[in-house]
Amino acid sequence: MGIFDKLKNLVNKKAIAQEKELEEVYDKGLKKTREEFVSKLSLLGIKYTKVNEEYFEELEDLLISADIGVNTVFKFMERLRKRVKEEHIENTETLTEVIVDELFIIYVNNESLTTKVNEQENGPTVILMVGVNGVGKTTTIAKLAYKYKNLGKKVMMIAGDTFRAGAVEQLKIWADKTESLFYGRDNTDPAGVIYDGLEIAKKENADMVFIDTAGRLQNKVNLMKELEKINKVIERIIPGAPHETLLVIDAATGQNGIMQAESFKEITNITGIVLTKLDGTAKGGIVLAIKESVDIPVKFIGLGEKMTDLQTFDIEEYIYGLFKDMIK
Amino acid sequence: MFEYMGERLSNAIKNIKGMGRVTEENISDALREIRMALLEADVNYVVVKEFIANIKEKALGMEVGKSLKPEEVFIKLVKDELISLLGGDFVPLETKKTPTILMLVGLQGSGKTTTAGKLANHLRKKQAKNPLLVACDIYRPAAIEQLETIGKSLGIEVFKEGIENPVKIVTDALEYAKENKKDYIIIDTAGRLQIDEPLMQELKNIVTTINPHEILLVIDAMMGQDAINVINGFNEALSLTGTILTKLDGNTKGGVALSVRHLTNIPIKFVGDSEKLDGLSEFYPERMANRILDMGDILSIADKVEGIMNEEEALDTAKKMKKGTFDLGDFLTTLKQIKKLGPLENLLKMLPGARKMGINNVSIDPKDMAHVEAIILSMTPYERHHPEILKAERKQRIAKGSGRSVEEVNRLLKQFEEMKKMMKMVSSGNMKMPF
Repeated sequence: MGIFDKLKNLVNKKAIAQEKELEEVYDKGLKKTREEFVSKLSLLGIKYTKVNEEYFEELEDLLISADIGVNTVFKFMERLRKRVKEEHIENTETLTEVIVDELFIIYVNNESLTTKVNEQENGPTVILMVGVNGVGKTTTIAKLAYKYKNLGKKVMMIAGDTFRAGAVEQLKIWADKTESLFYGRDNTDPAGVIYDGLEIAKKENADMVFIDTAGRLQNKVNLMKELEKINKVIERIIPGAPHETLLVIDAATGQNGIMQAESFKEITNITGIVLTKLDGTAKGGIVLAIKESVDIPVKFIGLGEKMTDLQTFDIEEYIYGLFKDMIK
Repeated sequence: MFEYMGERLSNAIKNIKGMGRVTEENISDALREIRMALLEADVNYVVVKEFIANIKEKALGMEVGKSLKPEEVFIKLVKDELISLLGGDFVPLETKKTPTILMLVGLQGSGKTTTAGKLANHLRKKQAKNPLLVACDIYRPAAIEQLETIGKSLGIEVFKEGIENPVKIVTDALEYAKENKKDYIIIDTAGRLQIDEPLMQELKNIVTTINPHEILLVIDAMMGQDAINVINGFNEALSLTGTILTKLDGNTKGGVALSVRHLTNIPIKFVGDSEKLDGLSEFYPERMANRILDMGDILSIADKVEGIMNEEEALDTAKKMKKGTFDLGDFLTTLKQIKKLGPLENLLKMLPGARKMGINNVSIDPKDMAHVEAIILSMTPYERHHPEILKAERKQRIAKGSGRSVEEVNRLLKQFEEMKKMMKMVSSGNMKMPF
């Protein structure tokens, strides 16, 4: 069964099973994205009934404007042209199906992807949040804490961002709101704070520990070294930890997202991406390029400012969200 | 930041070298490279199209004079187009009104609060102004504390009035600024999406109440193609007077700089280029274009240095460099001054031909600098002036005193010798600058 059929089935299944909730969140969050992308794609179909060079050019622009990544797009276009030639695809409607199919392949690449969080049965599950400045690490922790709190877990937050003014207070406020345990000190070495915090987490038998870290641009050597040190400290106190290291990426990020993923992966074992701020007009297409070049899957997406606005990433839902109008 | 683009451009231009004249064939490769480079830099795809079409048209119609090689003419053409794309001239901040009201707006996480601090610091330092920071982000937890902490570390007053009513906060802040003879007020607002109507309305209400002289959009240089939607959204709602590009110290290619002015006609006024509170520079399009083309940004370095180096000391150092009497003691003094300039990587990148010398992507650990300092500090003043007397025993003593190894001491001495040679070459004019 082709991916496109799978998507179509998904559409029908959804309608019958009325699994509306998740879909609605994606729908709402991705509305702007989808409307623009799909309407442009359908317009392309109307404008060009035949597949020709102009069609390809506009399609390329369309993909680039979604931040899918220049190299990924160029490779994609090459494959598409090849298929069009080999399969003698002439009308744009058939091609639309091929496009969805190919986009899906970029992300999935014959693997079975999981968005599951590596939870530990005994002792705390430690989740380290990293990323460049201003992507939403602290807010994402609040959302994750809220999620696990509702699952009946004992949650703790450790304020490892001792650099940015106000960062510790910001996390503390979220800890109070989500009734989570909290440990943090201002103006001190982050590794030290994390050390003490993890000791407390063990003593308190926390189930989930979220460690906030300072935003760091991936080309700052000393800050990246600090992250290495943080990892060592965590491992020393809780062997095998951190169980997840999540790289937070702003959906509006352009090509630099690839470099962010590459550099952070070099230093720490990034296990997944949290794509934030997808409720804006940004398309977050860079995750496709990141998946292709660095092979890190997206685990969560942030679709708004409320604590409930964090969802498990579902590539089918994501692409379905992007192409819904077109499939019908 | 832009070094990759510079690299691609100069690769592309190589292909034109040696050609007798500019034809459609011999520039097609170059144009394709330029297109790739610009797209990889997140320049808006519409701008890229236009840019390429312009270059092509002009390059083909170009009269290649006898004295100029076609590649030189082509480079000049690309550079001129880049400058015009970046906005031509530097547009300074409004200064005439007292107090001048500046309002910072933007998406979440773009760096408004930090930029507010940097801007206040800049105005006080470079223009001897007495600014007031106004905490108007009533939504993000601890945003007000953040601004207060920044204000405290700079010794600049912060006006705050809780998290109730932003319009009232700014009205009262204006009153306060007048009473206390502040000549600038800088309003930090909450981050918001340009499509969030209630929050955009809130900004409009602030604007109609106090009529800011400058409404500046703070925008993350790492933004992709969506940047233009953000800029247009804010501009349509608020009629922006300028933008400030942040996080340019990352390795982002910052193509958004090329899109902003061209698509919206809003000038870029400042760029944020380090995490320190003095990491804000005025934006000069020509210098940026030079940087893109790897022609260096000596003027920006000069501006930075000016604020930090004592002029006499600098002259003295330059003289010694020329004469070759520059010793390790002078090196230590220079090192200390350089440290004040912020991350060294940034300075290296601005040097002409940085890419060719292979220092555009060098990463320098501040700790290494500290080690160098420790080694020199462990020498006697005489040793610093006459490093040639350093033999095994002295080296061991120095290594012990600085807590480094003898190998490191040796390496430093060797590097210093090489540096001295290079200085002599530069000052005697034997070193060729690229282009």
